Amino acid sequence: MPKLIVVTREGEEREIEGDAGMSVMELIRDAGFDELLALCGGCCSCATCHVHVDPAFADKLPKMTDDENDLLDSSEHRDARSRLSCQLRFSDALDGLKVQIAEED
Amino acid sequence: MRNDTDVLIVGAGHAGAACAIALRQGKFEGKILVVGAEPDLPYERPPLSKEYLAGDKPFERLLIRPEAFWTERDVTFQFGATVTSIDAVGHTVTTQAGDLIGYKHLVWATGGAPRELPGAHHLKGVHTVRTRADADRMMGELPDVSRAVVIGGGYIGLEAAAVLSKFGKQVTVIETLDRVLARVAGEDLSRFIETEHRAHGVDVRLGVGVDRVLGDDHVTGVRLADGEVLEAQMVIVGIGIIPAVEPLVAAGAEGGNGVAVDSHCRTTLPDVFAIGDCARHANRYAEGAQVRLESVQNANDQATVAAKAILGAPVDYDATPWFWSNQYDIKLQTVGLSIGFDQTVVRGDVASRSFSVVYLKAGRVIALDCVNAVKDYVQGRKLVVEGMRVDVARLADAGVPLKDLAAESVGAG
Repeated sequence: MPKLIVVTREGEEREIEGDAGMSVMELIRDAGFDELLALCGGCCSCATCHVHVDPAFADKLPKMTDDENDLLDSSEHRDARSRLSCQLRFSDALDGLKVQIAEED
Repeated sequence: MRNDTDVLIVGAGHAGAACAIALRQGKFEGKILVVGAEPDLPYERPPLSKEYLAGDKPFERLLIRPEAFWTERDVTFQFGATVTSIDAVGHTVTTQAGDLIGYKHLVWATGGAPRELPGAHHLKGVHTVRTRADADRMMGELPDVSRAVVIGGGYIGLEAAAVLSKFGKQVTVIETLDRVLARVAGEDLSRFIETEHRAHGVDVRLGVGVDRVLGDDHVTGVRLADGEVLEAQMVIVGIGIIPAVEPLVAAGAEGGNGVAVDSHCRTTLPDVFAIGDCARHANRYAEGAQVRLESVQNANDQATVAAKAILGAPVDYDATPWFWSNQYDIKLQTVGLSIGFDQTVVRGDVASRSFSVVYLKAGRVIALDCVNAVKDYVQGRKLVVEGMRVDVARLADAGVPLKDLAAESVGAG
C-alpha cells in the first residue's frame, strides 16, 4: 500500500498507509489528525483541508482546477506548495508523498 | 444506575462531534460522553441529499472521524438514546430508556427534527431527509420510483430533486411561495435555480399549496390545493426543521425558535450550552438580530466557542457565515447573511451560469451568493466581514475583481 507522510502544525511527522483512490484529505482525517477540519467533506467548497506539498511531487499531482486555485487564495498561508488535500487523489504514483497541514487561518 | 460525566454532549451530529474534538484539542482531560439518537458515529449530513443519495460516496466516507479516533481521544458514545428530561439544579439528565446521566457541563447539540406534513408520514414512500436511515430508505425504494414529488423548494428539496432527476425520475417540486429559496436568497438566485431545474426536466410549481398526500398504505400521489393530482411513488418533504429543544425549555431554558444562547453559547440554565441548528443567538452578520443558522459552519464554530468556554478561555461567537449547495453542475457558495437586504447587484451574466448576487443593506455589502464563481466567493468575503460600502456600478462589473473593490472601499468602521 502506498505511504503518505503527514506533518502536523507542530512539526510532528507520521507515516500512514493510504488506500489508492481515496483523497489525501480523507487519509489524513481517517488517520486521526484532528487539525484538518475539511468542513465541506471534500467537495471543494471551502479551504479547510489546506496542505503544503513536498515540491518533489509537484509533477505527479493532479492539475489544480480554477476553483481550487481560487479557494486557496482565501488562505493567508498560501504558498507555491499549497493544495487542497481533498483534490489530491492518492495513488501508487504518490507513494512517499509528504504533506504538511497548513497553518490555521 | 447513574453515569457521571464531566461534559455530556447531547447530539452526535456535526456540532456535537466538533465540540468533543475541540475539547480534546484544548487538552480537556475530563470524561466526555456523547449521546446520539442515531445508531452511527458522527457523519456529514450535507451529502445525504447529494453525493450519498446519488450513490457516489459510501457511508464510511461520510464519517467525520473514524471509530479509532474517538477511542484514542477517549470520547465515549451512547447510541440510540435521546434525552427526555433535564434536572438543571441537580445537573443530571434522563434518557428515554431511563438512564440517569450526571454532568458538570451539558452541551445541547440536537439539531432538529424535520417538519412533517400532517397526515402524510404514515404512508410508505413519504420521506424527510435528515438522517442516514432516511437516505437509505429512499435509496432502497428508488428502483420502483418513476415519479417523485418534492414538497418544499428549499435547499434539501432542490438538492434531492437534482439527484432524482439525474436518475431519470420524473420530478415535480412544489413550493407554496412564489419562488424557490424564498427564505434564504433573493429573487435573482431563485429564478436561476428554477430555470436550471426546469432545464433538467423538473416540473417546478410555484405559489401552490398541497391539499393532501394520497395513498392507503403506500403513497400514490399528491393533491394540490387547486385540485390537480400528481401521481407519485415517492414524496420528499423538505419544509424545514423543528429545533429539538423541548427538554431544555421544559427545564426552564429560554426558548422560542430553538433555545436562546449568549455569545459564549450558554443557555439561561447554569452550565448548559447549546450549539448548532438549535441555538438561537445574536449574530453580528444579522446586525445583532437573533437567528438560528442551519449550517456546518455554524455547528462547527459554535462547537469551538462552547468548548473554549468550558476550557475556561471563553471567546465570543463572531464567525462569518458560509454555506454551500451543489445541484447538477451548479456550485453555489454563500458568504454572509442576506437577511433584510434592500438592494441586490448581479455580477456577471446569469445566462453564462457563472455569476454572483451581491446583497446590500443601507449601502453596505452583507452577503454574496456565488454560482460557479469561486473567485467572487473568496474575494467577496472581505466586503461582507467589513460591511463595506462599494461603488455599485463597479460592483456590477464582473471584470472588476472584488479584491480591488475591497482595497478601495470604506469599511463599516
